[in-house]
Amino acid sequence: MYYDWLMWFTRMENSKPLALVLFFSAFCAIVLYVYTGRRRGERLESYKYIPFQDEADTPDSHFRKVTDDERENN
Amino acid sequence: MAQSVTLPSEQQYNYEVIRKFTIMAVVWGVIGMCVGLYIALELAFPHLNLDLPWLTFGRLRPVHTTLVIFGFGGSVLFATSYYVVQRTCQARLAFPLLAEFTFWGWTAGVGLGALSYMAGITQGREYAEFEWPLDIAITLVWVSYLSIYVATLLRRNQPHIYVANWFYLAFILTVAILHIFNNLAVPVSLTKSYSLFSGVQDAMTQWWYGHNAVGFFLTAAFLGMMYYFVPKQAGRPIYSYRLSIIHFWALIFLYMWAGGHHLHWTALPDWVSTLSATFSILLLLPSWGGMINGIMTLSGAWDKLRSDPIMLFLITSLSFYGMSTFEGPLMSLKSVNALSHYTDWTIGHVHSGALGWVALVSFGSIYHLFPRLFNTRLYSQTLIYVHFWLATIGIVLYITAMWVAGIGQGLMLRGFDQYGNLAYTFTETVEFLHTPYVWRAIGGAFFVVGVFVMVYNLVMTLVAARREEAALQAKLAAKLARA
Repeated sequence: MYYDWLMWFTRMENSKPLALVLFFSAFCAIVLYVYTGRRRGERLESYKYIPFQDEADTPDSHFRKVTDDERENN
Repeated sequence: MAQSVTLPSEQQYNYEVIRKFTIMAVVWGVIGMCVGLYIALELAFPHLNLDLPWLTFGRLRPVHTTLVIFGFGGSVLFATSYYVVQRTCQARLAFPLLAEFTFWGWTAGVGLGALSYMAGITQGREYAEFEWPLDIAITLVWVSYLSIYVATLLRRNQPHIYVANWFYLAFILTVAILHIFNNLAVPVSLTKSYSLFSGVQDAMTQWWYGHNAVGFFLTAAFLGMMYYFVPKQAGRPIYSYRLSIIHFWALIFLYMWAGGHHLHWTALPDWVSTLSATFSILLLLPSWGGMINGIMTLSGAWDKLRSDPIMLFLITSLSFYGMSTFEGPLMSLKSVNALSHYTDWTIGHVHSGALGWVALVSFGSIYHLFPRLFNTRLYSQTLIYVHFWLATIGIVLYITAMWVAGIGQGLMLRGFDQYGNLAYTFTETVEFLHTPYVWRAIGGAFFVVGVFVMVYNLVMTLVAARREEAALQAKLAAKLARA
Protein backbone atom coordinates (compact mmCIF):
# COMPACT_ATOMS: atom_id res chain seq x y z
CA MET A 1 0.00 0.00 0.00
CA TYR A 2 1.00 3.59 -0.62
CA TYR A 3 0.71 4.54 3.09
CA ASP A 4 2.33 1.41 4.51
CA TRP A 5 5.30 3.39 5.75
CA LEU A 6 2.99 5.09 8.25
CA MET A 7 2.63 1.74 10.00
CA TRP A 8 6.24 2.12 11.12
CA PHE A 9 5.11 4.82 13.57
CA THR A 10 2.46 2.57 15.12
CA ARG A 11 5.06 0.19 16.53
CA MET A 12 6.09 1.19 20.04
CA GLU A 13 9.74 0.14 19.53
CA ASN A 14 9.92 2.78 16.76
CA SER A 15 7.71 5.56 18.05
CA LYS A 16 9.18 5.69 21.57
CA PRO A 17 12.82 6.34 20.55
CA LEU A 18 11.59 8.72 17.83
CA ALA A 19 9.60 10.70 20.40
CA LEU A 20 12.65 10.71 22.68
CA VAL A 21 14.90 12.06 19.91
CA LEU A 22 12.38 14.76 18.92
CA PHE A 23 11.61 15.99 22.42
CA PHE A 24 15.19 15.80 23.67
CA SER A 25 16.39 17.69 20.57
CA ALA A 26 13.73 20.35 21.16
CA PHE A 27 14.82 20.69 24.79
CA CYS A 28 18.52 20.96 23.79
CA ALA A 29 17.61 23.54 21.14
CA ILE A 30 15.77 25.68 23.71
CA VAL A 31 18.66 25.45 26.18
CA LEU A 32 21.21 26.31 23.47
CA TYR A 33 19.06 29.20 22.24
CA VAL A 34 18.64 30.62 25.73
CA TYR A 35 22.21 30.22 26.99
CA THR A 36 24.30 31.01 23.91
CA GLY A 37 24.99 34.42 22.37
CA ARG A 38 26.04 37.32 24.60
CA ARG A 39 23.68 39.84 23.00
CA ARG A 40 20.76 37.43 23.02
CA GLY A 41 21.48 36.72 26.66
CA GLU A 42 21.49 40.44 27.48
CA ARG A 43 18.26 40.94 25.57
CA LEU A 44 16.51 38.06 27.32
CA GLU A 45 17.72 39.19 30.73
CA SER A 46 16.56 42.74 30.03
CA TYR A 47 12.95 41.47 29.98
CA LYS A 48 13.15 40.82 33.71
CA TYR A 49 12.65 44.57 34.27
CA ILE A 50 9.21 44.63 32.61
CA PRO A 51 7.28 44.42 35.92
CA PHE A 52 8.97 47.67 36.98
CA GLN A 53 7.87 49.64 33.94
CA ASP A 54 4.22 49.73 34.95
CA GLU A 55 4.35 52.60 37.45
CA ALA A 56 4.31 56.24 36.49
CA ASP A 57 6.74 57.04 39.30
CA THR A 58 9.32 54.36 38.46
CA PRO A 59 12.55 55.92 37.25
CA ASP A 60 13.31 54.44 33.85
CA SER A 61 17.02 54.72 34.54
CA HIS A 62 16.75 52.07 37.26
CA PHE A 63 14.63 49.51 35.52
CA ARG A 64 14.43 49.40 31.80
CA LYS A 65 14.81 46.95 28.96
CA VAL A 66 17.34 47.03 26.15
CA THR A 67 15.64 48.50 23.07
CA ASP A 68 16.11 47.29 19.53
CA ASP A 69 17.95 50.52 18.63
CA GLU A 70 20.43 50.03 21.43
CA ARG A 71 21.08 46.46 20.41
CA GLU A 72 21.84 47.55 16.85
CA ASN A 73 24.21 50.25 18.08
CA ASN A 74 26.11 47.76 20.20
CA MET B 1 9.22 50.24 22.28
CA ALA B 2 7.25 50.69 25.46
CA GLN B 3 5.09 53.76 25.70
CA SER B 4 5.70 56.10 28.58
CA VAL B 5 3.29 55.55 31.45
CA THR B 6 1.75 58.83 32.49
CA LEU B 7 -1.83 58.12 33.59
CA PRO B 8 -2.54 57.16 37.22
CA SER B 9 -2.88 53.38 37.61
CA GLU B 10 -6.59 53.67 38.41
CA GLN B 11 -7.32 55.31 35.05
CA GLN B 12 -4.84 53.35 33.00
CA TYR B 13 -5.93 49.91 34.19
CA ASN B 14 -9.30 48.26 34.90
CA TYR B 15 -9.26 47.50 38.63
CA GLU B 16 -13.01 47.10 39.16
CA VAL B 17 -13.23 43.43 38.22
CA ILE B 18 -9.95 42.70 40.06
CA ARG B 19 -11.37 44.19 43.28
CA LYS B 20 -14.45 41.98 42.98
CA PHE B 21 -12.43 38.81 42.37
CA THR B 22 -10.05 39.64 45.24
CA ILE B 23 -12.91 40.12 47.71
CA MET B 24 -14.67 36.95 46.54
CA ALA B 25 -11.40 35.02 46.82
CA VAL B 26 -11.29 35.95 50.49
CA VAL B 27 -14.99 35.09 50.97
CA TRP B 28 -14.61 31.66 49.29
CA GLY B 29 -11.38 31.10 51.22
CA VAL B 30 -13.10 31.67 54.57
CA ILE B 31 -16.11 29.45 53.74
CA GLY B 32 -14.06 26.71 52.05
CA MET B 33 -11.46 26.51 54.81
CA CYS B 34 -14.13 26.51 57.55
CA VAL B 35 -15.83 23.59 55.76
CA GLY B 36 -12.41 21.89 55.57
CA LEU B 37 -11.96 22.29 59.32
CA TYR B 38 -15.46 20.95 59.96
CA ILE B 39 -14.90 17.79 57.90
CA ALA B 40 -11.49 17.30 59.56
CA LEU B 41 -13.36 17.34 62.88
CA GLU B 42 -15.97 14.95 61.44
CA LEU B 43 -13.22 12.43 60.67
CA ALA B 44 -11.93 12.69 64.23
CA PHE B 45 -15.40 12.85 65.83
CA PRO B 46 -17.89 11.20 63.42
CA HIS B 47 -20.99 12.15 65.45
CA LEU B 48 -20.52 15.67 64.06
CA ASN B 49 -22.33 14.34 60.96
CA LEU B 50 -25.45 15.04 63.07
CA ASP B 51 -27.17 12.32 61.00
CA LEU B 52 -27.94 14.93 58.35
CA PRO B 53 -27.20 13.75 54.79
CA TRP B 54 -26.05 17.20 53.58
CA LEU B 55 -23.53 17.47 56.42
CA THR B 56 -21.88 14.09 55.84
CA PHE B 57 -18.19 13.93 54.92
CA GLY B 58 -19.01 12.52 51.47
CA ARG B 59 -21.05 15.60 50.51
CA LEU B 60 -19.02 18.27 52.30
CA ARG B 61 -15.63 17.10 51.04
CA PRO B 62 -16.25 18.22 47.42
CA VAL B 63 -17.75 21.44 48.83
CA HIS B 64 -14.42 22.05 50.61
CA THR B 65 -12.22 21.17 47.62
CA THR B 66 -14.35 23.14 45.16
CA LEU B 67 -14.53 26.26 47.34
CA VAL B 68 -10.81 26.34 48.13
CA ILE B 69 -9.49 25.30 44.69
CA PHE B 70 -11.97 26.94 42.33
CA GLY B 71 -13.54 29.50 44.66
CA PHE B 72 -10.48 30.81 46.50
CA GLY B 73 -7.70 29.68 44.11
CA GLY B 74 -9.69 30.41 40.95
CA SER B 75 -10.76 33.89 42.07
CA VAL B 76 -7.19 34.75 43.13
CA LEU B 77 -5.99 33.61 39.70
CA PHE B 78 -8.61 35.67 37.86
CA ALA B 79 -7.72 38.71 39.98
CA THR B 80 -3.95 38.41 39.71
CA SER B 81 -3.93 37.42 36.04
CA TYR B 82 -6.10 40.43 35.11
CA TYR B 83 -3.76 42.61 37.20
CA VAL B 84 -0.50 41.15 35.87
CA VAL B 85 -1.51 41.09 32.21
CA GLN B 86 -2.51 44.76 32.33
CA ARG B 87 0.57 45.94 34.17
CA THR B 88 3.15 43.91 32.28
CA CYS B 89 1.56 44.77 28.92
CA GLN B 90 0.88 48.35 30.02
CA ALA B 91 -2.51 48.01 28.40
CA ARG B 92 -6.06 48.22 29.72
CA LEU B 93 -8.01 44.97 30.06
CA ALA B 94 -9.89 44.08 26.87
CA PHE B 95 -13.67 43.54 26.81
CA PRO B 96 -14.69 45.05 30.20
CA LEU B 97 -18.26 43.69 30.00
CA LEU B 98 -17.00 40.20 29.26
CA ALA B 99 -14.64 40.55 32.24
CA GLU B 100 -17.68 41.35 34.41
CA PHE B 101 -19.37 38.26 32.96
CA THR B 102 -16.37 36.10 33.98
CA PHE B 103 -16.74 37.37 37.55
CA TRP B 104 -20.47 36.75 37.89
CA GLY B 105 -20.33 33.51 35.88
CA TRP B 106 -17.46 32.06 37.89
CA THR B 107 -18.87 33.14 41.24
CA ALA B 108 -22.35 31.76 40.44
CA GLY B 109 -20.83 28.52 39.08
CA VAL B 110 -18.78 27.89 42.21
CA GLY B 111 -21.69 28.75 44.53
CA LEU B 112 -24.24 26.61 42.68
CA GLY B 113 -21.71 23.76 42.47
CA ALA B 114 -21.22 23.75 46.23
CA LEU B 115 -24.99 23.77 46.84
CA SER B 116 -25.52 20.95 44.32
CA TYR B 117 -22.96 18.75 46.12
CA MET B 118 -24.76 19.25 49.43
CA ALA B 119 -27.94 18.14 47.68
CA GLY B 120 -26.13 15.01 46.50
CA ILE B 121 -25.86 16.04 42.83
CA THR B 122 -22.40 15.09 41.60
CA GLN B 123 -20.55 13.43 38.73
CA GLY B 124 -18.42 11.57 41.26
CA ARG B 125 -15.20 12.63 39.52
CA GLU B 126 -12.65 14.07 41.92
CA TYR B 127 -12.16 17.85 41.47
CA ALA B 128 -14.65 17.66 38.56
CA GLU B 129 -17.86 16.97 40.46
CA PHE B 130 -19.94 19.63 38.65
CA GLU B 131 -22.85 18.09 36.72
CA TRP B 132 -23.14 18.82 33.00
CA PRO B 133 -25.20 22.10 33.05
CA LEU B 134 -22.59 23.73 35.29
CA ASP B 135 -19.78 22.25 33.17
CA ILE B 136 -21.20 23.98 30.10
CA ALA B 137 -21.64 27.27 31.98
CA ILE B 138 -18.04 27.09 33.21
CA THR B 139 -16.82 26.41 29.66
CA LEU B 140 -18.51 29.64 28.50
CA VAL B 141 -16.85 31.60 31.31
CA TRP B 142 -13.50 30.04 30.51
CA VAL B 143 -13.67 30.81 26.79
CA SER B 144 -14.53 34.42 27.70
CA TYR B 145 -11.52 34.48 30.06
CA LEU B 146 -9.23 33.24 27.27
CA SER B 147 -10.61 35.84 24.84
CA ILE B 148 -10.04 38.68 27.32
CA TYR B 149 -6.54 37.51 28.13
CA VAL B 150 -5.43 37.03 24.52
CA ALA B 151 -7.02 40.31 23.39
CA THR B 152 -5.23 42.19 26.20
CA LEU B 153 -1.93 40.57 25.20
CA LEU B 154 -2.56 41.62 21.60
CA ARG B 155 -3.04 45.27 22.57
CA ARG B 156 0.14 45.36 24.69
CA ASN B 157 2.54 48.29 24.61
CA GLN B 158 5.50 46.03 25.35
CA PRO B 159 7.12 44.16 22.45
CA HIS B 160 7.87 41.20 24.74
CA ILE B 161 5.29 39.16 26.64
CA TYR B 162 6.58 38.87 30.23
CA VAL B 163 7.08 35.28 31.42
CA ALA B 164 4.33 35.46 34.08
CA ASN B 165 1.83 35.74 31.20
CA TRP B 166 3.23 32.59 29.58
CA PHE B 167 2.38 30.65 32.72
CA TYR B 168 -1.09 32.20 32.99
CA LEU B 169 -1.83 31.54 29.33
CA ALA B 170 -0.63 27.92 29.55
CA PHE B 171 -2.93 27.51 32.56
CA ILE B 172 -5.96 28.97 30.76
CA LEU B 173 -5.44 26.90 27.60
CA THR B 174 -4.68 23.63 29.35
CA VAL B 175 -7.53 23.89 31.86
CA ALA B 176 -9.90 24.44 28.92
CA ILE B 177 -8.74 21.22 27.26
CA LEU B 178 -8.76 19.24 30.51
CA HIS B 179 -12.22 20.46 31.50
CA ILE B 180 -13.81 19.69 28.15
CA PHE B 181 -12.35 16.20 27.65
CA ASN B 182 -12.74 14.97 31.22
CA ASN B 183 -16.36 16.10 31.34
CA LEU B 184 -17.51 14.48 28.08
CA ALA B 185 -20.69 12.76 29.21
CA VAL B 186 -24.14 11.60 28.18
CA PRO B 187 -26.83 13.51 30.10
CA VAL B 188 -29.88 11.52 31.15
CA SER B 189 -31.58 14.32 33.09
CA LEU B 190 -30.85 17.87 34.21
CA THR B 191 -28.97 16.59 37.26
CA LYS B 192 -27.51 13.28 36.07
CA SER B 193 -25.07 12.22 33.36
CA TYR B 194 -22.81 9.28 32.59
CA SER B 195 -19.19 9.59 31.51
CA LEU B 196 -18.37 8.91 27.89
CA PHE B 197 -15.46 6.75 29.03
CA SER B 198 -15.55 3.52 30.98
CA GLY B 199 -13.28 1.22 32.93
CA VAL B 200 -9.58 1.94 32.96
CA GLN B 201 -9.91 4.54 30.17
CA ASP B 202 -12.26 6.46 32.45
CA ALA B 203 -9.77 6.27 35.32
CA MET B 204 -6.91 7.34 33.06
CA THR B 205 -8.89 10.31 31.69
CA GLN B 206 -9.91 11.34 35.19
CA TRP B 207 -6.30 11.30 36.49
CA TRP B 208 -4.92 12.91 33.36
CA TYR B 209 -7.35 15.68 34.30
CA GLY B 210 -6.76 15.44 38.05
CA HIS B 211 -2.99 15.61 37.97
CA ASN B 212 -2.91 18.36 35.36
CA ALA B 213 -5.46 20.32 37.38
CA VAL B 214 -2.74 20.28 40.04
CA GLY B 215 -0.05 20.94 37.44
CA PHE B 216 -1.67 23.80 35.59
CA PHE B 217 -4.36 25.22 37.88
CA LEU B 218 -2.45 24.94 41.16
CA THR B 219 1.14 25.13 39.89
CA ALA B 220 1.70 26.84 36.52
CA ALA B 221 -0.80 29.63 37.21
CA PHE B 222 0.55 30.30 40.70
CA LEU B 223 4.07 30.32 39.24
CA GLY B 224 2.84 33.10 36.97
CA MET B 225 1.76 34.89 40.13
CA MET B 226 5.17 34.22 41.69
CA TYR B 227 7.07 35.61 38.66
CA TYR B 228 5.28 38.94 39.06
CA PHE B 229 4.65 39.41 42.78
CA VAL B 230 8.00 38.15 44.16
CA PRO B 231 10.05 40.64 42.09
CA LYS B 232 7.54 43.45 42.71
CA GLN B 233 7.42 42.95 46.45
CA ALA B 234 11.19 42.48 46.65
CA GLY B 235 11.77 45.57 44.51
CA ARG B 236 14.29 43.68 42.41
CA PRO B 237 13.97 41.69 39.18
CA ILE B 238 13.70 37.91 39.01
CA TYR B 239 17.05 36.16 39.53
CA SER B 240 17.38 34.79 35.97
CA TYR B 241 14.99 35.45 33.11
CA ARG B 242 16.69 32.76 31.01
CA LEU B 243 16.10 30.20 33.76
CA SER B 244 12.43 31.20 33.77
CA ILE B 245 12.22 30.33 30.05
CA ILE B 246 13.72 26.86 30.61
CA HIS B 247 11.49 26.48 33.68
CA PHE B 248 8.36 27.23 31.64
CA TRP B 249 9.00 24.90 28.70
CA ALA B 250 10.26 22.01 30.81
CA LEU B 251 7.39 22.28 33.30
CA ILE B 252 4.54 22.47 30.80
CA PHE B 253 5.97 19.65 28.71
CA LEU B 254 6.64 17.25 31.58
CA TYR B 255 3.48 17.76 33.65
CA MET B 256 1.14 16.49 30.95
CA TRP B 257 2.51 12.92 31.14
CA ALA B 258 2.56 12.37 34.89
CA GLY B 259 -1.14 11.66 35.66
CA GLY B 260 -0.79 7.88 35.45
CA HIS B 261 1.13 7.79 38.74
CA HIS B 262 -2.24 8.13 40.51
CA LEU B 263 -3.10 4.66 39.19
CA HIS B 264 -0.09 2.54 40.12
CA TRP B 265 -0.91 -1.12 40.84
CA THR B 266 -4.27 -0.95 39.08
CA ALA B 267 -5.58 -2.23 35.72
CA LEU B 268 -3.57 0.53 34.02
CA PRO B 269 -0.91 -0.97 31.69
CA ASP B 270 2.43 -1.24 33.48
CA TRP B 271 4.31 0.76 30.84
CA VAL B 272 1.93 3.74 31.31
CA SER B 273 2.53 3.55 35.04
CA THR B 274 6.33 3.49 34.55
CA LEU B 275 6.20 6.30 31.98
CA SER B 276 4.26 8.56 34.33
CA ALA B 277 6.61 7.79 37.24
CA THR B 278 9.58 8.66 35.00
CA PHE B 279 8.07 11.99 34.01
CA SER B 280 7.22 12.67 37.65
CA ILE B 281 10.89 12.23 38.61
CA LEU B 282 11.98 14.46 35.72
CA LEU B 283 9.54 17.13 36.99
CA LEU B 284 11.77 17.67 39.99
CA LEU B 285 14.23 19.58 37.78
CA PRO B 286 11.95 22.37 36.48
CA SER B 287 10.13 22.54 39.81
CA TRP B 288 13.31 23.16 41.76
CA GLY B 289 14.68 25.39 38.98
CA GLY B 290 11.62 27.61 39.43
CA MET B 291 11.86 27.54 43.19
CA ILE B 292 15.55 28.51 43.10
CA ASN B 293 14.78 31.28 40.60
CA GLY B 294 12.13 32.70 42.92
CA ILE B 295 14.08 32.42 46.16
CA MET B 296 17.35 33.71 44.65
CA THR B 297 15.52 36.87 43.61
CA LEU B 298 16.19 37.93 47.19
CA SER B 299 19.93 37.27 46.76
CA GLY B 300 21.73 40.22 48.32
CA ALA B 301 18.58 41.44 50.04
CA TRP B 302 17.83 38.67 52.52
CA ASP B 303 17.22 41.31 55.20
CA LYS B 304 13.78 41.87 53.60
CA LEU B 305 12.72 38.63 55.27
CA ARG B 306 13.23 40.36 58.63
CA SER B 307 11.43 43.55 57.72
CA ASP B 308 8.69 42.57 55.26
CA PRO B 309 6.03 40.00 56.32
CA ILE B 310 4.59 39.87 52.78
CA MET B 311 8.01 38.73 51.55
CA LEU B 312 7.94 36.07 54.28
CA PHE B 313 4.68 34.72 52.85
CA LEU B 314 6.05 34.66 49.31
CA ILE B 315 9.43 33.08 50.08
CA THR B 316 7.98 30.54 52.53
CA SER B 317 5.45 29.54 49.87
CA LEU B 318 8.36 28.81 47.53
CA SER B 319 10.01 26.69 50.22
CA PHE B 320 6.82 24.65 50.60
CA TYR B 321 6.64 24.43 46.79
CA GLY B 322 10.14 22.95 46.78
CA MET B 323 9.24 20.54 49.55
CA SER B 324 6.02 19.28 48.03
CA THR B 325 7.57 18.97 44.56
CA PHE B 326 10.24 16.75 46.12
CA GLU B 327 7.66 14.69 47.97
CA GLY B 328 5.48 14.26 44.84
CA PRO B 329 8.12 12.52 42.68
CA LEU B 330 9.10 10.42 45.70
CA MET B 331 5.50 9.25 46.10
CA SER B 332 5.21 8.56 42.37
CA LEU B 333 7.78 5.75 42.64
CA LYS B 334 5.89 2.49 42.47
CA SER B 335 7.53 1.04 45.58
CA VAL B 336 6.83 4.13 47.70
CA ASN B 337 3.33 4.42 46.22
CA ALA B 338 2.55 0.85 47.29
CA LEU B 339 2.82 2.15 50.87
CA SER B 340 1.54 5.70 50.47
CA HIS B 341 -1.45 5.23 48.17
CA TYR B 342 -4.90 4.95 49.78
CA THR B 343 -3.48 6.47 52.98
CA ASP B 344 -3.48 9.94 54.55
CA TRP B 345 0.08 10.56 53.36
CA THR B 346 -1.54 11.61 50.07
CA ILE B 347 -3.82 14.06 51.93
CA GLY B 348 -0.78 15.48 53.74
CA HIS B 349 1.11 15.86 50.45
CA VAL B 350 -1.80 17.66 48.80
CA HIS B 351 -2.11 20.05 51.73
CA SER B 352 1.62 20.83 51.90
CA GLY B 353 1.19 22.02 48.32
CA ALA B 354 -2.26 23.56 48.70
CA LEU B 355 -1.72 25.33 52.02
CA GLY B 356 2.05 25.79 51.92
CA TRP B 357 2.44 26.81 48.30
CA VAL B 358 -0.92 27.88 46.83
CA ALA B 359 -2.47 29.56 49.87
CA LEU B 360 0.69 31.28 51.12
CA VAL B 361 1.64 32.71 47.70
CA SER B 362 -2.01 33.83 47.35
CA PHE B 363 -2.02 35.53 50.76
CA GLY B 364 1.26 37.30 49.92
CA SER B 365 -0.17 38.45 46.59
CA ILE B 366 -3.46 39.59 48.16
CA TYR B 367 -1.54 41.64 50.76
CA HIS B 368 0.48 43.17 47.90
CA LEU B 369 -2.63 43.82 45.78
CA PHE B 370 -5.08 45.13 48.35
CA PRO B 371 -3.56 48.55 49.12
CA ARG B 372 -2.89 49.14 45.42
CA LEU B 373 -6.41 48.21 44.36
CA PHE B 374 -8.03 50.44 46.98
CA ASN B 375 -5.37 53.15 46.91
CA THR B 376 -4.58 52.95 50.61
CA ARG B 377 -2.18 51.38 53.12
CA LEU B 378 -2.62 48.09 54.96
CA TYR B 379 -4.14 48.52 58.42
CA SER B 380 -1.56 46.51 60.37
CA GLN B 381 1.79 44.95 59.54
CA THR B 382 1.85 43.18 62.90
CA LEU B 383 -1.34 41.31 62.00
CA ILE B 384 0.35 40.07 58.80
CA TYR B 385 3.10 38.58 60.99
CA VAL B 386 0.44 37.02 63.25
CA HIS B 387 -1.29 35.56 60.18
CA PHE B 388 2.01 34.23 58.83
CA TRP B 389 2.94 32.38 62.01
CA LEU B 390 -0.56 30.98 62.57
CA ALA B 391 -0.58 29.71 58.97
CA THR B 392 2.92 28.24 59.11
CA ILE B 393 2.38 26.49 62.46
CA GLY B 394 -0.96 25.20 61.18
CA ILE B 395 0.60 23.75 58.01
CA VAL B 396 3.44 22.06 59.89
CA LEU B 397 1.01 20.50 62.38
CA TYR B 398 -1.27 19.39 59.54
CA ILE B 399 1.34 17.73 57.35
CA THR B 400 3.22 16.14 60.27
CA ALA B 401 -0.03 14.61 61.54
CA MET B 402 -0.76 13.28 58.06
CA TRP B 403 2.73 11.79 57.69
CA VAL B 404 2.24 9.92 60.96
CA ALA B 405 -1.30 8.89 59.96
CA GLY B 406 -0.42 7.87 56.40
CA ILE B 407 2.84 6.01 57.00
CA GLY B 408 1.39 4.29 60.08
CA GLN B 409 -1.77 3.37 58.19
CA GLY B 410 0.24 2.10 55.20
CA LEU B 411 2.46 -0.05 57.40
CA MET B 412 -0.54 -1.49 59.27
CA LEU B 413 -2.42 -2.31 56.05
CA ARG B 414 0.68 -4.13 54.73
CA GLY B 415 1.53 -5.92 58.00
CA PHE B 416 1.45 -9.73 57.96
CA ASP B 417 1.87 -12.21 60.79
CA GLN B 418 4.06 -15.32 60.65
CA TYR B 419 1.28 -17.29 58.92
CA GLY B 420 0.79 -14.76 56.14
CA ASN B 421 -2.47 -13.38 57.54
CA LEU B 422 -3.10 -9.63 57.84
CA ALA B 423 -1.63 -8.48 61.16
CA TYR B 424 -4.25 -5.77 61.74
CA THR B 425 -7.96 -5.48 61.10
CA PHE B 426 -9.27 -2.45 59.21
CA THR B 427 -10.95 -1.25 62.44
CA GLU B 428 -7.57 -1.22 64.20
CA THR B 429 -6.17 1.11 61.50
CA VAL B 430 -9.15 3.43 61.99
CA GLU B 431 -8.57 3.50 65.76
CA PHE B 432 -4.91 4.33 65.14
CA LEU B 433 -5.90 7.29 62.97
CA HIS B 434 -7.94 9.05 65.65
CA THR B 435 -5.02 10.87 67.36
CA PRO B 436 -3.36 12.16 64.13
CA TYR B 437 -6.82 13.25 62.93
CA VAL B 438 -7.28 15.36 66.06
CA TRP B 439 -3.83 16.95 65.50
CA ARG B 440 -4.73 17.58 61.86
CA ALA B 441 -7.88 19.41 62.96
CA ILE B 442 -5.81 21.50 65.41
CA GLY B 443 -3.41 22.39 62.58
CA GLY B 444 -6.35 23.29 60.36
CA ALA B 445 -7.81 25.46 63.14
CA PHE B 446 -4.55 27.42 63.37
CA PHE B 447 -4.70 28.01 59.62
CA VAL B 448 -8.35 29.10 59.69
CA VAL B 449 -7.75 31.49 62.62
CA GLY B 450 -4.91 33.00 60.55
CA VAL B 451 -7.34 33.58 57.69
CA PHE B 452 -9.75 35.36 60.04
CA VAL B 453 -6.87 37.60 61.16
CA MET B 454 -6.29 38.45 57.49
CA VAL B 455 -9.98 39.20 56.96
CA TYR B 456 -9.97 41.55 59.98
CA ASN B 457 -6.84 43.28 58.66
CA LEU B 458 -8.33 43.71 55.19
CA VAL B 459 -11.70 44.94 56.48
CA MET B 460 -9.99 47.46 58.75
CA THR B 461 -7.86 48.55 55.78
CA LEU B 462 -11.03 49.34 53.84
CA VAL B 463 -12.63 51.10 56.80
CA ALA B 464 -9.51 53.23 57.33
CA ALA B 465 -9.38 54.01 53.60
CA ARG B 466 -13.00 55.22 53.66
CA ARG B 467 -12.33 57.38 56.74
CA GLU B 468 -9.28 58.94 55.07
CA GLU B 469 -11.30 59.55 51.91
CA ALA B 470 -14.15 61.15 53.89
CA ALA B 471 -11.72 63.35 55.83
CA LEU B 472 -10.09 64.44 52.58
CA GLN B 473 -13.45 65.25 51.01
CA ALA B 474 -14.46 67.27 54.08
CA LYS B 475 -11.17 69.18 53.96
CA LEU B 476 -11.64 69.94 50.27
CA ALA B 477 -15.24 71.04 50.84
CA ALA B 478 -14.11 73.35 53.67
CA LYS B 479 -11.40 74.85 51.46
CA LEU B 480 -13.86 75.41 48.61
CA ALA B 481 -16.35 77.01 51.00
CA ARG B 482 -13.65 79.42 52.28
CA ALA B 483 -12.65 80.26 48.71
